[in-house]
Amino acid sequence: MSDTASALSSASAVPTATAAAPRHAALVRITHWITTLCFFALLISGCEIVVSHPRFYWGETGNVLTQPLFKIPIPASRNLVPTGYGYVLPDQNGWSRYLHFQTAWVLVFTGLLYAIYGLFRGHFWKNLVPAKTDLSRRILSREIAEHLRFKRPGGADAWSYNVLQRISYLFVIFVLFPLIIWTGLAMSPAFVATFPATVNLLGGQQSARTIHFFVTVALVLFLLVHVVMIFLAGFISRMRAMLTGRLATGTEVERT
Amino acid sequence: MNNLTRRKLVTAGLAAAGGVAGLGVAARLAQKYGLVPPDHSGIYGLGETLNYAAYRLLTRHSMAREFSRSQISKRPLENEIPPPSDEFKRFQSAGFADWRLSVTGLVAQPASFSVAELKSYPSRSQITQLACEEGWSYIAEWIGVPLSHVLGLVGVLPRAKYVVYYSIDPDWWDSIDMADALHPQTFLAYGMNGGELSVGNGAPLRLRVPRQLGYKNVKFVNRLIVTDSLKGFGKGLGSEAPETGYAWYAGI
Repeated sequence: MSDTASALSSASAVPTATAAAPRHAALVRITHWITTLCFFALLISGCEIVVSHPRFYWGETGNVLTQPLFKIPIPASRNLVPTGYGYVLPDQNGWSRYLHFQTAWVLVFTGLLYAIYGLFRGHFWKNLVPAKTDLSRRILSREIAEHLRFKRPGGADAWSYNVLQRISYLFVIFVLFPLIIWTGLAMSPAFVATFPATVNLLGGQQSARTIHFFVTVALVLFLLVHVVMIFLAGFISRMRAMLTGRLATGTEVERT
Repeated sequence: MNNLTRRKLVTAGLAAAGGVAGLGVAARLAQKYGLVPPDHSGIYGLGETLNYAAYRLLTRHSMAREFSRSQISKRPLENEIPPPSDEFKRFQSAGFADWRLSVTGLVAQPASFSVAELKSYPSRSQITQLACEEGWSYIAEWIGVPLSHVLGLVGVLPRAKYVVYYSIDPDWWDSIDMADALHPQTFLAYGMNGGELSVGNGAPLRLRVPRQLGYKNVKFVNRLIVTDSLKGFGKGLGSEAPETGYAWYAGI
């Protein structure tokens, strides 16, 4: 077996390491792709729901008779909304709401499975929490500068997440996902009847809806950057790693 | 290697069998404790059942948030209503004096009530939010008689599970389970913000279910049927909403 240092430093030494352990654990790969599918289902159905009332408010209440915080300049699927367009889009809220909530259940169960795995198998500590030494201003600014120059990541990045990746993944997993579930539930009249603090802390039901929207925007931005980075790092090798767990191409040593 | 694979296979097989058996038991229990919604079939049935079951376990007795008088929306929105029928216009021009609310089905004494009779019962008010599935909302004071009071007068039989309610337009109907029907905030509302309920807001009677979204709050209510099964109503999905693609349970 080659030593770890050489495995990390050059791609040619990877095969042996591949045989020993996949780049991404099976559970991480499976939950990653379920989350991907769920995210698209939630995004599409969420957009359809927003189209029925593309106006956002702050506080407890808001409707076409009150001043919105902002409007999305698109036609609506209900004729009560004054959009300035002379037509009304078809109403898609029925299946969108069914799909939105059913997918949310799948995503929450997937997230729980991932969180339990991450906690008990050291995934969070090993792969996501950045090393203290990496959090120095010097290293962070170097990483940011390299990212801004679209520098292709080196061999070590193929085997381990860099510090910016770690910070953004942690932010998505532990801030954006919990926040989008919380603000989603805070829009439910029955849920807030039982847990009124969940909506009162956000400043009201319309505030929850507005935050839900902005967290979605943040997640979409994350997705865009995530996909761009995969293309920069090498689409085929990164997709192969997340699909099969194997990193190098064509040189895998089969387990015997 | 072979041993490991076999062990893995056996474990996976046992886990799958256990999972299927567990699902079967869960389905039985859910059915027994009334946690399965009428629109539980179809591709979204699983999510719908999880919603309703989770909410029933969590929210059976909880109270919808009530607000202060200063939080009442300045202009309560009158959502669009279908053009009133000639029959409705006749009732309206007579000041709804002839409007009757009939209560039949699994009750000891079927009865019908005039609006004046309903107003003679202890009146209650609540300042709650009405939220539409589209995303908008407003807060208003609702004045009416709790549905539980009227159900008490007719004597609901113990095996009752749902209350079906109809608008004067027989295609506009819905139903709620007994947890919502007997809930203290579920009103037959006839007043709003200190005055009479407007026609745009459902005069003379609107069923107010504040723990569910706007579309469960049917306007122009004139008929209640207490039942133990929703199979015989419409397509058996519990209301008109699932027939047009919307969920029966609208607490979410």
